[in-house]
Amino acid sequence: MELIVTSAQFVVDSAVDILPIAVFLAVFQRLIVGESLANWKQIFVGFLFVVVGLGLFLVGLEETLFPLGRLMAQQLTDPAFLYDSVGKAASALVWQDYYWVYLFALAIGFSTTLAEPALIAVSMKANAVSGGAIGVWGLRVAVAIGVGVGVSLGCFRIITGMPLHYFIAAGYLVVILQTVVAPKLIVPLAYDSGGVTTSTVTVPLITALGLGLSEAVPGRSALLDGFGLVAFASLFPIISVLAYGQLAVLRERVSDPETDSRDPEEEEDNAL
Amino acid sequence: MKESLIALTRDALGSLRDLLPIVVVISSFQLFVFREPVAGLLSMATGGLLVVAGLTFFIFGLRLALFPVGEGLAHALARKGSVFWLVVFAFLLGFGTTIAEPALIAIAAEAAEVAADAGAIGSSEEAKIDYAFGLRMTVALAVGTALVIGVIRILANWSLPIMIIGGYFLVILVTTIAPKEIVGVAYDSGGVTTSTVTVPLVAALGVGLASSLRERNPMTDGFGLIAFASLTPILFVLIYGIVV
Repeated sequence: MELIVTSAQFVVDSAVDILPIAVFLAVFQRLIVGESLANWKQIFVGFLFVVVGLGLFLVGLEETLFPLGRLMAQQLTDPAFLYDSVGKAASALVWQDYYWVYLFALAIGFSTTLAEPALIAVSMKANAVSGGAIGVWGLRVAVAIGVGVGVSLGCFRIITGMPLHYFIAAGYLVVILQTVVAPKLIVPLAYDSGGVTTSTVTVPLITALGLGLSEAVPGRSALLDGFGLVAFASLFPIISVLAYGQLAVLRERVSDPETDSRDPEEEEDNAL
Repeated sequence: MKESLIALTRDALGSLRDLLPIVVVISSFQLFVFREPVAGLLSMATGGLLVVAGLTFFIFGLRLALFPVGEGLAHALARKGSVFWLVVFAFLLGFGTTIAEPALIAIAAEAAEVAADAGAIGSSEEAKIDYAFGLRMTVALAVGTALVIGVIRILANWSLPIMIIGGYFLVILVTTIAPKEIVGVAYDSGGVTTSTVTVPLVAALGVGLASSLRERNPMTDGFGLIAFASLTPILFVLIYGIVV
């Protein structure tokens, strides 16, 4: 019963969130294009679905994804569990002892990214554009490794309490250097993959994981250390996809030595 | 009717696929690593069903209403060629879609909760709602501005890498003077904005615009908009932290 009341409240709230964009699209359609919508019934039904769906999703988030992320963080850093796996008391723990946390972060980042529909679509497009040089699976695995390593490293940062912007600054420096040397055609794809990897389901889960970790690890505060995992998850795929592009070029050179005699520019464009 | 049902089923399978890896990884950890019964399984299962149902309806509705209208408008405006209306449209599109972004709604509420617990803002329900709302408005403003810059860049043909790299230098610079509490939230908001609602519409705008101009590559220019949309929120939220 309580759930139904909460759901109704969330649906009303999401109607307020959706209203501005609905009004703005309708006004623009009328004023600029000067045509009213022919299929307004379908549009209206669509907006109803959007409002109800957003409301239900947010309730489910509150009931499931947030508690799950926090529960995992709590269990992974539970002193009794850590004592069982590394045999140390809570006061003697160093960052290496939290290896189950890094493993969990890696598994969550990797698996959710591999299943991400937006990424599958991007990979197929990239495969077609490159004439097969970029494999559909190769690209998906590259991005998934990037997200997994990113989330894992983000957890390491939370546990050690190092400043977030050091990592981000260093990460973007690597991206800039890679951009200079990577094949030109992979660059837009790489920048794009940073955005598409963090799906609506994954973001709340890893946010809750980060907040839970920062609350459970001694000496950390949720406010200072809890956020930042999403930033890691969007930065590292850029690096791994650029690296994948560089690898593809290298492989091409090794398997086909004749390309060495060609113009390097042309060779890069052919490779990807 | 039958077609809608098939589409709805396809969206439901898609939402299930989104959730499946999380279920598999977490259950294997529970079964093999912790080996303890979990409390509150029933409420989590109910919540999981709500997530799947909600995401399914949301995406089905987007395909039915928002995407066709938004894409049609983006193409019509790009063809029309009035720079003023194009810029206004880009701003409102970025602003409106960001306000409706589910992941951002969730993160902003969580950030307000954390800030209240740490005593950075008042702990009343009203103070939290105000803070979360301010955060969402800031990010929405940032994405709107990003699209305006992105559209002008496509029209004027400025170099994308130079602008992006310059932007990140600015981010690092502002980080040094921003209060420490806002840095994490700011950097996260860059990744949150570019998901379900924003990306398809923004891509439609970029591709429509680039293909209506001569000698432009739709793929490169369409992507440029999204790159800006993940950069400006970081900068704007940092500034929000300095001002508030």
